[in-house]
Amino acid sequence: MELTGSQILLESLKLEGVDTIFGYPGGAVINIYDDLYESPINHVLTRHEQAAVHAADGYARCTGKVGVVVATSGPGATNTVTGIATAYMDSIPMVIICGQVPTPLIGNDAFQEADMCGITRPCTKHNYLVKDIRDLARTIKEAFYIARTGRPGPVLIDLPKDIQVTKHKFSYPDKVSLRGYKPTYSGNSRQIEKAAKMILAARKPVLYVGGGITLAAAEDELLKLAEQTQIPVTTTLMAMAAFPQRHPLALGMLGMHGTFYANMSVTECDLLIAVGSRFDDRVTGRIDSFAEKAKIIHVDVDPTSIGKNVDVDLPIVGDLKDVLGKLLGILSQKSELVEDSVESTEEWRTMIYEWKERHPMTYRSSKSVIKPQYVIEKISEMTDEDAIITTEVGQHQMWAAQFFTFRQPRTFLTSGGLGTMGFGLPSALGAQVAFPDRQVIDISGDGSFQMNSQELATLVQYQLPVKIAILNNNYLGMVRQWQQMFFEKRYSQTVMELPIDFIKLAEAYGATGLQATKVDEVEATIKQALETPGPVLMNFKVSREENVLPMVPAGKAIHEMVLAS
Amino acid sequence: MKHTISVLVENEFGVLSRISGLFSGRGFNIESLSVAPTMEADLSRMTLVTRGDDRILEQITKQLNKLISTIKVVDFTHGEYIERELALIKVSTDAESRAEALRIVDIFRAKVIDVTPKSYTIEITGSPAKINGILELLRPMGIKEVVRSGPVVIGRGAKGVVA
Repeated sequence: MELTGSQILLESLKLEGVDTIFGYPGGAVINIYDDLYESPINHVLTRHEQAAVHAADGYARCTGKVGVVVATSGPGATNTVTGIATAYMDSIPMVIICGQVPTPLIGNDAFQEADMCGITRPCTKHNYLVKDIRDLARTIKEAFYIARTGRPGPVLIDLPKDIQVTKHKFSYPDKVSLRGYKPTYSGNSRQIEKAAKMILAARKPVLYVGGGITLAAAEDELLKLAEQTQIPVTTTLMAMAAFPQRHPLALGMLGMHGTFYANMSVTECDLLIAVGSRFDDRVTGRIDSFAEKAKIIHVDVDPTSIGKNVDVDLPIVGDLKDVLGKLLGILSQKSELVEDSVESTEEWRTMIYEWKERHPMTYRSSKSVIKPQYVIEKISEMTDEDAIITTEVGQHQMWAAQFFTFRQPRTFLTSGGLGTMGFGLPSALGAQVAFPDRQVIDISGDGSFQMNSQELATLVQYQLPVKIAILNNNYLGMVRQWQQMFFEKRYSQTVMELPIDFIKLAEAYGATGLQATKVDEVEATIKQALETPGPVLMNFKVSREENVLPMVPAGKAIHEMVLAS
Repeated sequence: MKHTISVLVENEFGVLSRISGLFSGRGFNIESLSVAPTMEADLSRMTLVTRGDDRILEQITKQLNKLISTIKVVDFTHGEYIERELALIKVSTDAESRAEALRIVDIFRAKVIDVTPKSYTIEITGSPAKINGILELLRPMGIKEVVRSGPVVIGRGAKGVVA
């Protein structure tokens, strides 16, 4: 049967198991939208293309499926770029379909033309311009395959308008054949054997776990490995939900705003086992003193991550589920040696618990002003630590990582690599679309919230019961904190002079707006929000000049933390 | 340290920008780059010359391999290989210098491929060092224009680089 390009697209999406698209119509995708009119595929209309990408991203992060976006050519497509770069930095599987001007017009500066393959080349895993209808089905097949395999990432398909209306016989390929793309899944057994030896020989081992653990769905293997060997686990921002934070072996986050005990553990350890993490500068601080005393094992599916920032003693390229599974297999055959090792690392754990006792993750509580950390603790408590949390970027993001007690994978969706303000609300939207019955909460700041606040309209339109908690300090708080600490309190352009009436804003969109200005109103506000159907915005007027601590100043080693203001 | 790398890539739209963009985006340097299709029409071979320490070169090789369009990357630096570059040189000549110019061309086994009363255009193939050598000798006569292809390399021995 002959189908048009846009029909081929939608049929292919169905065959890829896509049930939801996030997008925004326009002239260059009008044919796709015409076919969507009768399609069983659910389409969520955001109010900005950037939000559509973040929503697809949130959907992908909490489900593990590939997020799908449709946007029109030119400005529609360029609006997706921040979202794509966000997904790229955090390795989120996604396919973005952009309309393009008709092929004869490409390169002519046509109306709403932008060179999307050129623009997104450095922020996509791969991209395609489809110039021939015969390539379309194969291109879609490859795009989904590339997006979800190996180290996942966004793939963009630029689809000219004339290709969308050209008819061609539809047959969807069963397989892809990409001679230049063959990710390594199976870890080298000899290397893994060596890793087991190093682990058994270590006296002060630490697991340093990043977002790759969730991308590989290897959280169970990680937990087993940690429990079997009693090796403490520090997680990056991207992996906070990948290891139960109430676990006695959990050290919380490391790095610039990491816990004292996580940073000390990494500084003092004799073996650092990096798993799906990439030695980001926010994690390592001054690189030459990061884990200076340790041998380093680095396991990652992406060879470019290994040896990029630090020299590694034992590299293992492979899928984390495969590698950790094999490692567990080897260790289970050496149970006596493992027991000995647990015994000989007892002293190390005692040392860590002493650090933890000396400097726990805490803050100075107050009865007169609402502390932002207190709000997060309360949300954590009142949702049984079971909600899907999204964040924007800034102080509130760090406090969420520090004070929400995560216990389930895929419940903390945050822009780690790119650090995109405005990510939280649309990604919460996407998560709520994926899980209509779960509690989804966007922890936000007053600055970040305003970067995509128009998505309140989308929440109301689709009656998505996302709860938004704005920790409102009327500042761009993280930059203000830096200005306070390193620029003599010269608060250049970080004071949000205009206090917004967020309640009215919520109400204008048809959402519920709540506010807490006193400490004793916090619980009641959260309770009311959780009990109110539909989207609810909570405006918490928090202590204005609260700082995120501990903090490792830029250029310092991670044990050189500022612990108190 | 200088490295000469061969990259087999899909001969497709945008592949050159993927490679050059990778270098500029990550701050790697490219001294020269030459590209042409191979015997297989859907494959191109690039030869690029770059500089960096071991860690940078490891990253360059890994990042090149990571591109979906890249099929094979070979760093020739540590093996036995033959390197050739083509240069076209337009040199000013007068009655006095014409004989000397021809002698130089002869010594370097180059060729004169275009002649005017006031100039010779010379074609020379060889290692980049040989080309530097002839340029040095021709310089006093007045070089009007030089076009260099950048080196291409091939490994010694019977084994070829295949996809």
